[in-house]
Amino acid sequence: MPQHNRRRRSWYVRRPYTSGMGTGGSSNLSMRLRWVLLFAGLFYCAVAYADPPTVPDTLQQRIAACTSCHGVHGEGSSGSGFFPRLAGKPAGYLVLQMQNFQHGLRKYAPMEYATRLLTHEYMHEIAEYFSAQQVPYERKPGPALASSALQRGEQLVTAGDLSLKIPPCQACHGKQLTGTEPSVPGLVGLPYDYISSQLGSWRTGTRASVAPDCMAEIANRLAPADISAVSAWLASRVVPVDTHPQPANAITPPLHCGVLQTSGSGQ
Amino acid sequence: MRRLRWLWIPLVLLVIVLAAGWWLSQRYKQAPVSPEDPSIASLLKDPGVIAKGRYLAAAGDCVSCHTARSGEPYAGGRMLPTPFGNIPAPNITPDSETGIGQWTFNEFWRALHEGIGRTGEPLYPAFSYTSFTKVTRDDAIAIFAYLRSLPAVHQPNARLELRFPYNVRSTLTAWRAMYFKAGVYQPDASQSATWNRGAYLVQGLGHCNECHAARGAWGGLNSDTTLSGGRIPEQDWYAPDLSTQAHGGLQGWSRQDIIDGLKNGQAPKGVAIGPMADVVAHSTQHLHDEDLQAMADYLLSLPARATPKAVRTSFDSKPLADRGYTVYVERCADCHGKDGAGVAGTYPPLDGNVSVVEPTGVNATRVVLLGGFPPVTAGNPRPYSMPPYAQQLNDADVAAVVTYIRQAWSNHASAVQERDVAAYRHTPID
Repeated sequence: MPQHNRRRRSWYVRRPYTSGMGTGGSSNLSMRLRWVLLFAGLFYCAVAYADPPTVPDTLQQRIAACTSCHGVHGEGSSGSGFFPRLAGKPAGYLVLQMQNFQHGLRKYAPMEYATRLLTHEYMHEIAEYFSAQQVPYERKPGPALASSALQRGEQLVTAGDLSLKIPPCQACHGKQLTGTEPSVPGLVGLPYDYISSQLGSWRTGTRASVAPDCMAEIANRLAPADISAVSAWLASRVVPVDTHPQPANAITPPLHCGVLQTSGSGQ
Repeated sequence: MRRLRWLWIPLVLLVIVLAAGWWLSQRYKQAPVSPEDPSIASLLKDPGVIAKGRYLAAAGDCVSCHTARSGEPYAGGRMLPTPFGNIPAPNITPDSETGIGQWTFNEFWRALHEGIGRTGEPLYPAFSYTSFTKVTRDDAIAIFAYLRSLPAVHQPNARLELRFPYNVRSTLTAWRAMYFKAGVYQPDASQSATWNRGAYLVQGLGHCNECHAARGAWGGLNSDTTLSGGRIPEQDWYAPDLSTQAHGGLQGWSRQDIIDGLKNGQAPKGVAIGPMADVVAHSTQHLHDEDLQAMADYLLSLPARATPKAVRTSFDSKPLADRGYTVYVERCADCHGKDGAGVAGTYPPLDGNVSVVEPTGVNATRVVLLGGFPPVTAGNPRPYSMPPYAQQLNDADVAAVVTYIRQAWSNHASAVQERDVAAYRHTPID
């Protein structure tokens, strides 16, 4: 938010005058002081009533379009699970998502409009900002599912389901589910609503990624009940102390993934 | 039995329509490939001509329409929505099967200048040949040379999605008779060279009038509405009047304001939004200063407009505006100021801003819903942005705050109603 800089401005003005006062005699000084005070007063009035609010020249101020929903530090929207956390996600992943909105692979009007004309350089700067933010995770309660559903969720995340050709989430999103550099996002600390709606979007084609789109394939292999199960189990996880993504090249993706630019084993 | 007799009539009509359709489709068969005129062929290889063409193609913003959202530049595929259906912009890379690889310059010239396609078919005026006809032959050669220098992209053109009867090309004959006259720009001897250059760019390649004028029922433009503002059909934006004189949309804009707007996307009295943001990003920011000055000189000469009729409202909008004031103080005043003056160079003023007071209210409504960034340009590489309020404000609140800013300070525009906001919420972002 723009802040009025009244105090700081008038202080700047007075300072040079007062520092020059020590050289004059005492009567001279009081005369001078009067003049100085008069001008300072006039200047104060001018600053207070005529100067427009000054706007901080910071990236944070510039990206109000982002922070009004995702939080000033990318912590996500509190209360609702609709706006995801951006803090600490790999910068490459964030750039990729902005590009996907720009190209219409992901659909959400305000995001599509905001990213529409962003240059590569500006996108990177914004992504680096959010990627560097370290803010505590907020736990958001998911639905109360039967323990069998949570077990199914755990199975999908840690072992996958060979019969349905569903690889475990951990295979790409990291052993600790904190993501993999440079472009695989972490899954811990995400709210149930967000995870389940994203998996749903992948099934309906309102979220997509560079072809071959491995996540779209996986989401389509998941039954609706599996989506709830996996989202609920992920949302119930305690966030590990170290939430940094695991280093690049730490994974061998089980599918062809355009995002990872690797061939995978192609199942 | 007596009733069945009537079946004859639709059956006969159907046969006639099908036969006519077949006959018309036969008229536009593959054109033979003819060799390029040797005098032109050498120009097409000239690096100087190609460089000039690159600049002119930017001035014409060809890339915006002829590129799909995630596609290769100039390879076509973008669907242009019109009230008559969707028209795909074709591939204009030099691919010989799907692009313009087999075109000769004369065929290109006929398309640009006369709106006639390679096989002799009349082109739909979504391709703005109504403006491009003013482009000189030399400039057209340069543009063609540039397009021919691009990497060839093999991408078949999408099908027309026009409704009957608009999908019958021969209907264009009537349209052309009413709305189109071919002719290169003729300089006005009573004006300066700069003014003429500006008029040439604005009326010709810039094809500004294609959006900045109201279209009639058949999608045609009348000469008496030139650059006086118009709603962009299907896209839910309003391209404002461009007169800087009394009652003009840009009333009070200086020459430098216009130049700043076109070059940086942001001027003291407003910011480029919606389709104009695209135009700035892809086209006008790349123009030379002399050309921007010329365009400004021409726009400054647009005449004063008639005194607008007093806004008539079918309801008392005061309670709506009062509610809007509360929303404004809470959400908008921090940046745009309680006095609507904005912050110079950072946040645009709302008082007297043409995007706020244009006749329909669609621009302000959509900006409140979508927020976003001004175009990112070389002159404004890290612009300040505005939060989107689509999730935070309901339709009634958006209508209220837009009504308030349209009627506060020196603004006297019509109120915006809840149902309008509800409709604009669902306009797709193209």
